[in-house]
Amino acid sequence: MYLNNSYQKQINEIRKKNIILPDNIKNFIQFLGGLKMRKNISIKVLTVLILVGSLCFSLSALAQNEPVTISWWHIQTETEHRELWQDLADEYMAENPNVNIEITVMENENFKAKMTTVMQSGEVPDLFQSWGGGTMNDQAEAGLLKDITEYLDKDGWRETFSEGALGVYAYKGRNYGVPRDMGMVGFWYNKELFARAGIDSPPETWSELFDAIQKLKDADIIPIALGEGDKWTGAFYWEYLAARIGGEEAFVKAATREGSFTDPAFIEAGEKLLELVDAEPFQFGFLGATWADEATLMGNSEAAMDLMGQWAPGSFKENSIDGLGLGDKVGWFKFPMVEGGAGHADDALGGGNGFVVGKDAPEEAIDFLRFISSVESQIEQAKIGLSVPVVKGAEAGLTDPTLKLVQQGAADAKYFQLYYDQYLPPATGSVVNDAVQGLFAGTMTPEETAQMVEDSADREIK
Amino acid sequence: MNTKGSKEDKNIKLLPQTNTFTWQLQNNMTIILFLLPAFILLFIFLVYPIFRSAYYSLFNWKGFGPAVDYIGIENYTRLLTDKIFLKAVKNGILIVIFSLVIQLPIAMGLALIVGRDIPGKAFFRAIFFMPYILSEVITAIMWLILYNPNPRRGFLNAIINIIPVLEPQAWLADTRLVLPAIFVVLTWKYVGFHMLLYITGLQNIPRDIEEAALIDGVNSRQMVTHITLPLLAGTIKTSIYLSIIGSLQVYALVWIMTRGGPVNASEVMSTYMYRYSFVRFELGYGSAVAIIMLLISLTFSIIYLRLTRNTENVS
Repeated sequence: MYLNNSYQKQINEIRKKNIILPDNIKNFIQFLGGLKMRKNISIKVLTVLILVGSLCFSLSALAQNEPVTISWWHIQTETEHRELWQDLADEYMAENPNVNIEITVMENENFKAKMTTVMQSGEVPDLFQSWGGGTMNDQAEAGLLKDITEYLDKDGWRETFSEGALGVYAYKGRNYGVPRDMGMVGFWYNKELFARAGIDSPPETWSELFDAIQKLKDADIIPIALGEGDKWTGAFYWEYLAARIGGEEAFVKAATREGSFTDPAFIEAGEKLLELVDAEPFQFGFLGATWADEATLMGNSEAAMDLMGQWAPGSFKENSIDGLGLGDKVGWFKFPMVEGGAGHADDALGGGNGFVVGKDAPEEAIDFLRFISSVESQIEQAKIGLSVPVVKGAEAGLTDPTLKLVQQGAADAKYFQLYYDQYLPPATGSVVNDAVQGLFAGTMTPEETAQMVEDSADREIK
Repeated sequence: MNTKGSKEDKNIKLLPQTNTFTWQLQNNMTIILFLLPAFILLFIFLVYPIFRSAYYSLFNWKGFGPAVDYIGIENYTRLLTDKIFLKAVKNGILIVIFSLVIQLPIAMGLALIVGRDIPGKAFFRAIFFMPYILSEVITAIMWLILYNPNPRRGFLNAIINIIPVLEPQAWLADTRLVLPAIFVVLTWKYVGFHMLLYITGLQNIPRDIEEAALIDGVNSRQMVTHITLPLLAGTIKTSIYLSIIGSLQVYALVWIMTRGGPVNASEVMSTYMYRYSFVRFELGYGSAVAIIMLLISLTFSIIYLRLTRNTENVS
């Protein structure tokens, strides 16, 4: 029965072993891999030896400053900002010839999308952009980040940062990254348009805000630009109103599940927001507009006010037709105080940017992180408007008068609230943004909005 | 596994009796060997993920690390009672219905016109088919610009501004207008594809049948209803099937243009799934959505194939 064909022999061998092929793929694959190899134990031994040998070799190599590669992902796509990071990396590589820094620059939304797959594969970059808070906590909880607490405690690195900003990158008392930027949300306004509408000084209270809106409307100017299609843009209003009305206590209670997001402060925030929507201060079609549309209206002096974070002036410039933005015409004021609210007019809603360290990062990555977090580096970042600095002594680098106001405002705040969609677990944060859009569209009541947030918080915060 | 196809039987007959068994085995081996790559790919990228999704859909899982928080069918009960999901399903069905009653008749009409020998037919075919070649992303961004509510930036409102009786509309920002606005884009993009299907079908109708009908004295309306459409039945079935499946799966256009908004007014199942899986990171819940989507598409496919097969048997 045997044919003089090795293929036939193998088939018969399998037949003898009573293996029914199509049913047993595993065995078939083993068969393809070669049955002979399996018998040869010496090959296995050899493999182990090679592995052990190479491990010893690489360990000794590490001690001799053998080449290390650091992967670094950031989201600064603007030329000037991107170049500063590249220059810093080049400088570090020149000082440490064994280190190679591979920079990957991504656009904000692309970065977030890419991170979702990276996080699931577990192969995280050594250094990457983070906003701290709930998303970072999830990553830390899943063991994807490196605990750098001991490095921060070495040689007083920790003391160089402002405490509040650093705390955003800590989870359960351990640090996983460091901030480079911390600012707050406030109203950016066009001084020229305010003057044209006859508004002498920026509004300080909720009712003054309505006076300003009316004056601007009378002057045929869009009072407020809003890209509510992006949702987070409008959520600032609800979050700020809750802070002004309920103060620190309301949010802390709700977030720790001692209280609830259906507490009066949050309902009232929704009611105040509806008052604002009823005054129709936003441009036509704001529900479908994006943040870029919002910045375009501001950058081209078509709208007078915009509630946004520290990155706004840069975006106004980017989205303006002449490429110049508002320049000196831009002013900044804090979110108006709601009369009779439990919060303080100095309380701030904000957040910032930082870098966290991936779980497999080499020591050099942390050293490099320290290098880019130096006072000198922070001053450079501040000068080009990349960061509102968080390292003590770097405020000097801030030349822009409005950014100085933002920096001062954030530093003055006794209660500093991180954006809800950063602070809360990602699911709840996203529900906040979705729910508030319902208020803007008039399809949800303040109670329904609060209930939707509460339902999610109840499920996610444990 | 004794799969005895007709080919094997033929081979065996040609061979000497003594070797029948070995040859049969070898034959099976060859079949397995050739099927294996396709089978492995299909298994890894299609079958396995479906079962994996079904498994994750029973957990409260954020996508990091192993799924441990087993919650049974809670994701499904939450999903099927969620108003927004039901709205997404309703919107999906609306798009299917609109596609069937508006898009396909337009495609048929165009095919009947440009399928004939009229001057410049190649030009018109190219024009109608062109949108289909564009990527969905480009299409979406282009229409975003056209739909811009600001009359100084959006082409549509700029035209409306010129006409005295009409008021500029917020299009994608209006909860009542957004779905029809998206449907216009879908029609614009896919009508050419269905038109091409019908033209191909038309060309397969033998000329002699048409000539025979002409000799029998049919007018052009009778020609369409009694000759052309019945003979196009096969193509129409395919076109309906593709249109429904395509409508149920529409994603990129909606996500780029509105992200399902404003306030879920243009939410479809795929955007809903994306939001939960990759924005809110509730991957367990997102998996449950995916499974329900799969079941809906599968049920529909089976029913539709059954129905059309039956009519084929009857005729």
